Amino acid sequence: MTQTPVIVADAIGKSFGDFAALTDVSLSVHQSERVVVCGPSGSGKSTLIRCFNGLENHDAGTLTVDGVALSQDAPEIRQLRQDVGMVFQQFNLFPHLTVLENLMIGPLKVRKLDRAAAEATARKYLERVRIPEQADKRPAQLSGGQQQRVAIARALCMEPRVMLFDEPTSALDPEMIGEVLDVMVELAQTGMTMVVVTHEMGFARKVADRMVFMEAGRIVEISPPDTFFTAPQTDRARVFLDQILEH
Amino acid sequence: MPSFLKHLRWADWLILTVLVGAAAYVGMRLEGTLNYEWRWHLIPDYILRYREDRQEWFANLLLQGLFATLRICIYAGILAAIFGTILGVARCARNLTVRMLARTYLELLRNIPPVVIIFIFFFFLSQQLIDALNMNAWARGIARSDSAGVWEFFFGDMRRFPSLISGVLVLGLFQAAFVGEIVRAGIQSIPRGQREAARAIGMSGFQEMRYIIMPQALSKVVPPMANQFISLIKDSSIISLISVQELTYKTVELVASTRMIFEAWITTAAFYFVLCFGLSLLFRRLENRD
Ligand SMILES: Nc1ncnc2c1ncn2[C@@H]1O[C@H](COP(=O)(O)OP(=O)(O)OP(=O)(O)O)[C@@H](O)[C@H]1O
Ligand SMILES: [Mg+2]
Repeated sequence: MTQTPVIVADAIGKSFGDFAALTDVSLSVHQSERVVVCGPSGSGKSTLIRCFNGLENHDAGTLTVDGVALSQDAPEIRQLRQDVGMVFQQFNLFPHLTVLENLMIGPLKVRKLDRAAAEATARKYLERVRIPEQADKRPAQLSGGQQQRVAIARALCMEPRVMLFDEPTSALDPEMIGEVLDVMVELAQTGMTMVVVTHEMGFARKVADRMVFMEAGRIVEISPPDTFFTAPQTDRARVFLDQILEH
Repeated sequence: MPSFLKHLRWADWLILTVLVGAAAYVGMRLEGTLNYEWRWHLIPDYILRYREDRQEWFANLLLQGLFATLRICIYAGILAAIFGTILGVARCARNLTVRMLARTYLELLRNIPPVVIIFIFFFFLSQQLIDALNMNAWARGIARSDSAGVWEFFFGDMRRFPSLISGVLVLGLFQAAFVGEIVRAGIQSIPRGQREAARAIGMSGFQEMRYIIMPQALSKVVPPMANQFISLIKDSSIISLISVQELTYKTVELVASTRMIFEAWITTAAFYFVLCFGLSLLFRRLENRD
């Protein structure tokens, strides 16, 4: 196993017009590491992980993912995206395709597998997220929790090396959060490299190797979870934790 | 008394009285001043006529015109759907030149009167194309050949084929601009998340369009496209100006030779109305079914 980190962000920045969404952000994520990113709304968490698969282009600093330096229009970006899976807050399943087709379309069209291989892959990961029986339904016929698990399976079908999660449980009814987190914990146990934006502190405590706390476009604190939850190094992290742990 | 009459208020009666009065006035002028002689009984012959010598029915001017209109509208509709989809996609392209070209086309068509556009397309485009392909000679050849029957089923009188092609081209290119706007609206109605999800699994811009955006957008644009097709049928009468022998052109011919001004135009209006209204009822029913 190589010791070079999978993701290396070195002083990256990102502006939308005049507004600096990210400023001077540096972070390395190693193979099999689980990093949980938290922080108040608007602090740049989504922007940061969207830079990691090129959905946003950073405009300062350097960002290397899986050995590829990302720039405005790196031709390798498509290859890279196959190695970096992403799960969105709003699931973003393809409504015109069945669950199975949602999972197969990437392997078929992007990885160029044949139908049999693509379907085998799809069924394997549908099993992994524990909804093999929903294969022929449309996304709209599933509950939110099931849809998000399909979205996770869809990303896994590309056999990625890293998985990015952007608040995967924020759009879910409370009773469905558990089923999605269970799948993510299992995924962590298989050794997947994960960067997870979430406010689910129970999940963070259980799987995180490091906690990243962001505020106003900057990383304010990076600490191991034990330290972060019991004795945060910065006042701002403490205030933030007090607020969300109250509930 | 029918129940709807009970719901009429004095204002409704006033409006109805004025309308009836106006109709009566026009009727009186026709009867009295112009001394117009109605010859409705001749109209059926100009639709469908029985030929004593050959013992067979054949479609006369008006029905020929209606068939020609239908053919032209179907082919022009297909052309407009294809070219319009390309325009719509181009309007959403990342490449600025492509976007500007599509935009220019739309704005030109939107801001020049249809009649002028029709003439410009006719003289600058379809005439040149027809000459370049030597289509006149080719079509005359077909008309004389043995397989003429099959060709005529699809394209009508083969000697008039180049004119039909002109009509289809001109009408199709004209309608494509509006189809393009419908397609663009359809594409833009697909949530951003769909594009991001497609890109996140490594799809190229083309694959994203082909497998994710277009299938969703096209199913959304079916109802407005159906309405646009009805517009196309109505607009098709304009190509009579470039001597395409469709329904309106045939009506002009009929009026010129028989002087049955009112009968002919009322009949033609009824043809268009039944066709368009019938289609709009049909589309509405299909739409409500699912
Ligand atoms: N495409 C964009 N154009 C303009 N401003 C943007 C854009 N995307 C994000 N921003 C701004 O950048 C800031 C950071 O956004 P981001 O979505 O990264 O925050 P976040 O930490 O994920 O917040 P939340 O918890 O609400 O998801 C916000 O103030 C947001 O308004
Ligand atoms: Mg966010």
